[in-house]
Amino acid sequence: MKFGVIRFPGSCDEVDALLACERFGEAELLWHADRDLRGADAVVIPGGFSYGDYLRAGAIARFSPVMEAVREFALGGGPVLGICNGFQVLCEAGLLPGALLPNTSLRFVCRQVDLLVENPNTPFTRACEEGDRLSVPVKHTTGRYYAPEPALHELEADGQVLLRYAEGQNPNGSARDIAGVSNSQKNVFGLMPHPEHAVDRLTGSADGGKLFESIVAHVEALAPA
Amino acid sequence: MSAGATDTRHRELGLTDAEYDRIVELLEREPGDLELAVFSLMWSEHCAYKHSKKLLRKLPTEGERVVMGPGENAGAVDVGDGLAVAFKVESHNHPSAVEPFQGAATGVGGILRDVFAVGARPIAILDSLRFGELDSARSRYLLEHAVAGIGHYGNSIGVATVGGEIYFEGPYEQNCLVNAMCLGIAPQERLVRSAAAGVGNHLVLFGARTGRDGIGGASVLASAELDAEDDSKRPSVQIGDPFEESKLLECSLELLEAGLLESLQDLGAAGLSSSSSEMASKGEVGLDIDVSKVPLREADMEPFEIMVSESQERMLCVVTPERLDDVLALCEKWEVRATPIGEVTDTRRLRVFAGGELVGDMPVEALVDDCPLYDLEPERPSAPVYAPPPRVLADDVSPRDTLLALLRSSNVTSKRWAFEQYDSIVGSRTVRRPEAADAAVLTLGPDGGSRALGVSIDGNGRRVACDPYAGAVEAVLECASNLACVGAEPLGLTNCLNFGNPEKPHIAWQLTQAVQGLADACEALGVPVVGGNVSLYNEGGEGPIFPTPVVGMVGELPDPERAAGYAFAEEGDQIALLGPFSPSLAGSELEKLRGGLSDGLAPADLSLHAKHLGLVRESVRGGAVKAAHDVSEGGLACALAECCIAGGIGARVDLAPLLARLGDAAPPEAALFGEGPGGVIVSGTLEAIEGLAEQAGADGLIRLGEVGGEALELTGGVATLSLPVEEAKTAYEQGLPDRFS
Repeated sequence: MKFGVIRFPGSCDEVDALLACERFGEAELLWHADRDLRGADAVVIPGGFSYGDYLRAGAIARFSPVMEAVREFALGGGPVLGICNGFQVLCEAGLLPGALLPNTSLRFVCRQVDLLVENPNTPFTRACEEGDRLSVPVKHTTGRYYAPEPALHELEADGQVLLRYAEGQNPNGSARDIAGVSNSQKNVFGLMPHPEHAVDRLTGSADGGKLFESIVAHVEALAPA
Repeated sequence: MSAGATDTRHRELGLTDAEYDRIVELLEREPGDLELAVFSLMWSEHCAYKHSKKLLRKLPTEGERVVMGPGENAGAVDVGDGLAVAFKVESHNHPSAVEPFQGAATGVGGILRDVFAVGARPIAILDSLRFGELDSARSRYLLEHAVAGIGHYGNSIGVATVGGEIYFEGPYEQNCLVNAMCLGIAPQERLVRSAAAGVGNHLVLFGARTGRDGIGGASVLASAELDAEDDSKRPSVQIGDPFEESKLLECSLELLEAGLLESLQDLGAAGLSSSSSEMASKGEVGLDIDVSKVPLREADMEPFEIMVSESQERMLCVVTPERLDDVLALCEKWEVRATPIGEVTDTRRLRVFAGGELVGDMPVEALVDDCPLYDLEPERPSAPVYAPPPRVLADDVSPRDTLLALLRSSNVTSKRWAFEQYDSIVGSRTVRRPEAADAAVLTLGPDGGSRALGVSIDGNGRRVACDPYAGAVEAVLECASNLACVGAEPLGLTNCLNFGNPEKPHIAWQLTQAVQGLADACEALGVPVVGGNVSLYNEGGEGPIFPTPVVGMVGELPDPERAAGYAFAEEGDQIALLGPFSPSLAGSELEKLRGGLSDGLAPADLSLHAKHLGLVRESVRGGAVKAAHDVSEGGLACALAECCIAGGIGARVDLAPLLARLGDAAPPEAALFGEGPGGVIVSGTLEAIEGLAEQAGADGLIRLGEVGGEALELTGGVATLSLPVEEAKTAYEQGLPDRFS
């Protein structure tokens, strides 16, 4: 099982993501100019400021060569995890519904928050139980999840809201405390909190590891015996 | 008649008539415009340290673990397993006073470049900030934008901002301080020096294009007092681009890893002028530079503008002819512009060409080594230099309300509002985040080894204003104490000396006293100074800033699992006070709230403090201590409250034993709120604290009480008070946000 972690110029959590993935499987960094995924079984689009994020968070990265390969991979059912800037990129690319807006505070915020697992029946959450509480840090300026009301209803009804901020812990003003959503097929998932920074108790928490563990379990379950 | 008297170009550039005459003598002719511009910058205080160099020789710079001492872009110490940690602190005060967002942002960008210029990957930033009182709209503006600027740069480039400090005092109103410290990690064999070498080698400029930003920054901004026309200096402030620097960083490290560079240097103050002449000076060579080859943002720049531009995100390197193509190709991969702009010569001269035309020809030695060095003329001021602060708290307020007022006061209150705007965790190394422990703790983790680093930055200008010698000693002690509280042993120190105009005798006195204090404290603790920065002329219209030596210290700890935080942990844990703590209200936060500013502080017994710090460190390393917290601003009561707030649990403390030890010298109020070095609160199991008491002896440890309940309860003498932890927490956490509502 191999993770491909995509690095854009300006990514800054790619090494953290790579190290987190390596705790659970093999992992390799992919460059934004690459046109194929070099056999990755799952793709991680890490946090950071792709291309400096000077236009709008994630807006330029969707046009990079590697994103064509990611799109094809996603449409074929491959698991794609977007973290923070990766979440923004996936929304900009139309692979996830909704958009990320500036935090209501209009400031960058870095803090540990508790997340509640809403839907454990996905490739990203299968190692969790419904209602599990995960301690994972957030750090972003543009993390307020937005979708029109009817779309929010639909996302909830369809089980696409995989993680929510625990009560009173929403750091950015996200609609309905949404911390992460998937596409309708549940194989593309984006979240603002950083599970890659929560894989070791020494640096705060190991709860984020459950997401990577889930992906590995999912890929291995699909592999021919 | 001297040339200087008839020609006044040099005065506008900050050179004295005598300095001008000396330049004429060294050149053996009148300087041209470009030459004069280059000399004025190279001979500015910022580049030449002309008022501080002699003084800095007092600082101890040698030690077993020193890998690279002062003089390089950053100092470095050996952290074992073949690794070195490079670090440095630098000021960006005047740019930040004029344009706080970009001033602070480029301060971070510059200190990052200093660290990767020696080949180390930056892993952490700390910052030390000073502003005027928060009831001033200007101070709130400066704070808000400086914090945003630091976050903008550090967060975007992906280097964790793991610690720092912020103080608010009237004398910083016009002239805020923004000091940034960076540390980076490298395999020792990959560290690179900046000396240019190899006649015939290429000089390659890479990174951003050169524009008119920051022209004369080092002389216009950094080496003169600020005045009412600050706004006209805005064009002297550089603009930072963290995205460009992120590419530059990866590109530089990959060039070094591939072994393609002979030497590397960042472009900071005075731009190409200083970077090239310093590389040439260290390598004892000459350099020819053709400014017409430098990629520009604006087409019509004059040669002198190109030579002194402080455009950010640029580096210079020396490359052999055989490796030039590989270097250019690697830069292209990172989308970093790289251009050969000159070559190394054996002339010992910096020659500047514009196309075919020679527009400047200066002996390197004259630029770098021949700047006149001045002796300070220190004189202890006969009258107070600073007006006392306005009184905001009456004398007869109850101890409980005094504690609340202190917890809410700007220098004690939580700085969460600021540090939550910084990414403190990127890099996956941060074991202790801000306000979890006295020092930040970082694992060496992915780069090898099981050890960790402790790092802290400290300095209290008001206490230095009370007593420049004792205050500077305390800055070193506090930093070392913060490291001891996480179990770290200091390896090296960097400092930034922020002072007023050294040409004034009372400022010269502050500077001289403070440097002696730093030197003595470093000597006593055995901590070498491996690099630093001097920032003088910090004066606004209303006088000088408080003398503010800021000290950054890096230490190592064998086991990050045992790094103590300061949160009280468990009901029933015992609390004790370790160390030769002798609190006094002189120079304390309480004195400030009451409108006082003392003259003189009690001297510290340095050998006793060194012994005490060793005991704290060993007890934390041994794992017996669950929480350790240095007593600093606001005294023992505030320190205990912080332990309670962090742990979300109360404590019952009896001050009687402490009062008994202090005797008549200190009233109960001083035991509660007095300040002074050498006090560390520790907590742990009964067994652990009893063991510690045996080692420390009767004088070294005082049992204070135990953890538990929902309030901080202090008894003993007349100092009885009870404060629910929730109420203390609200005061502590809202102190800063409330001032922005």
